[in-house]
Amino acid sequence: MTTTIESIPAASAAATAPQVYDLKLDDVRTLNKAIHQATGGESFVVEHPGGKHSLAVGINAEIDVDINGHAGYYAAGMNQHGRITIHGNAGVGVAENMMSGTVHVKGDASQSAGATAHGGLLVIGGNASARCGISMKGVDIVVGGNIGHMSAFMAQAGRLVVCGDAGEALGDSIYEARIYVKGSVASLGADCIAKEMRPVHLAELAELLQAAGRDDDPADFTRYGSARTLYNFHVDNSSAY
Amino acid sequence: MTLTAPDHALAASVPSPAASNLAELGLRESATFDRATIADIQRAAETGIYDIRGWGAKRKVPHFDDLLFLGASMSRYPLEGYREKCGTDVVLGDRYASKPLHLETPVTIAGMSFGALSANAKEALGRGASAVGTSTTTGDGGMTPEERGQSKHLVYQYLPSRYGMNPDDLRKADAIEVVLGQGAKPGGGGMLLGQKITERVAGMRTLPIGIDQRSACRHPDWTGPDDLEIKIAELREITDWEKPIYVKIGASRPYYDTALAVKSGADVVVLDGMQGGTAATQQVFIENVGIPTLAAIPQAVQALQELGMHRKVQLIVSGGIRTGADVAKAMALGADAVAIGTAALIALGDNSPRYAAEYARLGSAAGFYDDFQDGRDPAGISTQDPELSARLDPVTGGRRIANYLRVLTMEAQTIARACGKAHLHNLEPEDLVALTIESAAMARVPLAGTSWIPGVTGTGF
Repeated sequence: MTTTIESIPAASAAATAPQVYDLKLDDVRTLNKAIHQATGGESFVVEHPGGKHSLAVGINAEIDVDINGHAGYYAAGMNQHGRITIHGNAGVGVAENMMSGTVHVKGDASQSAGATAHGGLLVIGGNASARCGISMKGVDIVVGGNIGHMSAFMAQAGRLVVCGDAGEALGDSIYEARIYVKGSVASLGADCIAKEMRPVHLAELAELLQAAGRDDDPADFTRYGSARTLYNFHVDNSSAY
Repeated sequence: MTLTAPDHALAASVPSPAASNLAELGLRESATFDRATIADIQRAAETGIYDIRGWGAKRKVPHFDDLLFLGASMSRYPLEGYREKCGTDVVLGDRYASKPLHLETPVTIAGMSFGALSANAKEALGRGASAVGTSTTTGDGGMTPEERGQSKHLVYQYLPSRYGMNPDDLRKADAIEVVLGQGAKPGGGGMLLGQKITERVAGMRTLPIGIDQRSACRHPDWTGPDDLEIKIAELREITDWEKPIYVKIGASRPYYDTALAVKSGADVVVLDGMQGGTAATQQVFIENVGIPTLAAIPQAVQALQELGMHRKVQLIVSGGIRTGADVAKAMALGADAVAIGTAALIALGDNSPRYAAEYARLGSAAGFYDDFQDGRDPAGISTQDPELSARLDPVTGGRRIANYLRVLTMEAQTIARACGKAHLHNLEPEDLVALTIESAAMARVPLAGTSWIPGVTGTGF
């Protein structure tokens, strides 16, 4: 079953009130240490994040984290099981190497969003910059707006859904990841091609859109993936590299 | 390299006169177009693709062999070889990490991947290192349970590909090594050809079975020293500031790279010279990019000293360490520890004459075999073939590694005591002289019998 941004139970009503960290007063280290001690069911609120780096990294339990403002680099990095909402924009490498759980950026995300992530769901409400989903290894990423150049570079596994337009060199050297784009694609990278939308793809896309809380029509999207011509080096392909 | 079949058949069928006879016949080989070069050109013409191979640079470069120690005599006194203590332990990563590594010998095992090496080889390295209280290192393919289980001190590499990277293994590691490059190919990413991508290797790397795997050469989520500083801080946050964080660089501009690694917050700098090995890289890359280990060390040490961080940020040197003398020389030049890769594989049986017949069948010979990319290693080391891998018993292999590490340590102690040092870390450049002008200039120690350090003490004697 696809993880959705609603599928992980929020801290139950019986749980204690959210733990609030005000980063005007507390440092990031204190916040992360507290988050690492959580065992599941807790919820955390981060006030005045001020674009600080490494917020809520290394989560390893089913907890909720709300970041009320903009986050710097690597917010929710290596998330496992957690549900993190950033009520603002996210810097470079949001949810990098995520394993499971969900990360929801309400605003825009900078470069390398969801880089190398192995699992979970990353939802970006606004636009994502360059290299979105670079080297992704199983994560699902849904972007409400546009994505920048070199997105899904060397993407190995997982799905990238773009409800706006994609920049230059989409899916360069892509492996087995699948990309769905609703708008235009400035150009495709090496070995990335448009592919037929079969019923199975329409179904998985519908599921992903629903998981991200979106009502776009799957029929409006085009699927892109690997032509698999560069999987084994062949001298006749040398100009493609 | 491997000779292509037709050439090999031809070479085998025509008896060639021995080298001495060639000279007697008045034949003269070209220094520019020697037989290896001729074979390279003809191989390129036949196949249309560059040669990919393992090992590090094979060309002769100034190396530790070009340095000698000045043993104690009148003005310095030596330590008794079997009575007076000569310490060998080293602490790595105490700049920021709350749990630094404390190793009993400064000889560590360098990063080599499961995928490039068999699971048995990785386990043997872990067993051997643990037996003597030193560390071993993962590679571009994630951490295997065999390796974690058998390694007392395990360094987890954080590479551009991030194959198998996950927070559980990160927390299980004893140290984290952010890899920017390696000496065999500074500026190049990893390569593992399809024949070695078995189901297990593919699964660990999230890739289809049997494809050529070319890892990225740049990290996907940071660029340059300012980003690296933020990345290191993230890794520290994820692991609650417990683990030492190393930064590994391939030797090209070690003065600047070392300074920037320190600035980025590294606990340890790992410096790999061009003789450092690889599992699969283009020969043109191995032989023509990067600088010798000997030339790299003084530049890195200078950077550390200028920042007041020598011995505070530890320096691990690798690339062509073979003997205890090499260990002692690297440390005298300012390294805190060394790492071995190729030498460890040789200790496990790589290139042993015992496999002469099988090397011949592969178109190679014991002492020359470097086709690690093919995965057909008769010694069962650089292979994923179950039958070949089974030839390497991890327990026996572990014992060989432990023996070899002990010999390296004892040899280094022998030299240190002769120089009057009660700890390997007390060795210093003043204990060394150079045999050649080139090595004197690179190592920044005087040419033997003179006080001349080219480039430092003027141009005359």
